[in-house]
Amino acid sequence: MDYIYAYVLEGDTEGVVKGVKRALQDGIEPAVIIDCLINSMAEVGVRMKNGDMFVPEVLASAEAMKEGLQIVKPLLSGENYSQGKIVIGTVAGDLHDIGKNLVAMLLESAGFDVVDLGIDVPAEKFMAAIEEHQPAIVGLSALLTTTMETMKKTVGAIIARYPSIRVIVGGAPVSQEFADSINAHGYAPDAASAADLAKRLIN
Amino acid sequence: MILVGEKINTSLKGITEAVRSRDREFIARKAVEQAENGAHYIDVNCGTLIDEEVEALPWLVQVVQEAVDKPCCIDSPNPLALSAALRVHKGKPMINSITAEKERYDSIIKLVQEYNAAIVALVMDDEHGMPKDAPTRIKVGVRLIADLVQAGVALDDIYIDPLIQPISTDSNMALVAVDTIRGIREVYPGVHFMCGLSNVSFGLPRRGLLNRTFLVMCMLAGLDGAILDPGNREMMSMIYAAEALLNRDAYLKNYLKAYRSGLLD
Repeated sequence: MDYIYAYVLEGDTEGVVKGVKRALQDGIEPAVIIDCLINSMAEVGVRMKNGDMFVPEVLASAEAMKEGLQIVKPLLSGENYSQGKIVIGTVAGDLHDIGKNLVAMLLESAGFDVVDLGIDVPAEKFMAAIEEHQPAIVGLSALLTTTMETMKKTVGAIIARYPSIRVIVGGAPVSQEFADSINAHGYAPDAASAADLAKRLIN
Repeated sequence: MILVGEKINTSLKGITEAVRSRDREFIARKAVEQAENGAHYIDVNCGTLIDEEVEALPWLVQVVQEAVDKPCCIDSPNPLALSAALRVHKGKPMINSITAEKERYDSIIKLVQEYNAAIVALVMDDEHGMPKDAPTRIKVGVRLIADLVQAGVALDDIYIDPLIQPISTDSNMALVAVDTIRGIREVYPGVHFMCGLSNVSFGLPRRGLLNRTFLVMCMLAGLDGAILDPGNREMMSMIYAAEALLNRDAYLKNYLKAYRSGLLD
């Protein structure tokens, strides 16, 4: 299935769709095709981190991969390919969504079920989403120095009520040091690392 | 072109440590460097130090103004920190920033009035957040300017930030900013514009090339202020050249002076 892999890396949606259909015709199991799609995106993440691929290319690859996934997913009989569920959002008072969207997209590409709560999300809304979706991980984004304080409170509230949930944080002003100081379980400096971090925390 | 030097910001390497340890010499040097390189305002931002911003921001203003005879661009969304810093500022300060979001507007406008400050105003409001398209940004900006003028702020003291967002995640974003500047300037020819440019190139290689090309496009649309590193020679030479070409440099004096100082090499 090298051709699927190559098409994902090139961000060629038509190619991926054709490739997936061909693989199915050749009798390859849907689960195997999904693995291939996810592995292709993992390579995209690696290249992005190394500076060999750039954000627009990653977006194109993710889009192509998603189209491929749409074809195969309905064919899975009862099996669940999901790595786990992640609830994600930008904290209250903060309207930035570019970084958070990028992270959500790469988490999805890594095989996670992502529930994106959007921007300006108060702690209560995170709590309600946790109750409803029972995620393994919650991801919080903050892009303003003022909303870092909100992030701290939101993380505190989540950990207090759901001690088994892993909370990860990110955003331009956020650092590992800050993440540690507010007792978050993980920090990622960029979107590709966020996907790696989530995988590490799940396993 | 009104230049705000961006280098004293605790999100930049080395600054956090300098502010935490109250290293006057380090901060003073950063201020002097930027003033010598042509900054009209020295930006001070220590927002990442949440717990001590209210004490650290006025300290920064004092250290900067002891070192250079320049006003500060006091950079914080926190009214308490702003107020403490404004109290010790000498001359006419610039506040960065206000928006049309009701809570933020109400808390910041009082400080603008009290200190007769210049104000950077972001084209955001409660209804639209950060608008994705130029017509909405223009609408929000025009309304915000009208409110500020109504509140007694001189048009000449208002610096509109058109919101610079990356072209890597939405390839239309550079044009949205350019169109926003042009559209607001059509309604208020006397208003200023002020923004950082580097967001535009997030996630892409050779960011400097994109940043300075974008700068020229924005200048053509009417951008007359920028928050940047005045030590960035490539960017600064582009500003001299663009001002000359846009007939904003009488007798090309600044361009030629920069040439003789070796700043264009």
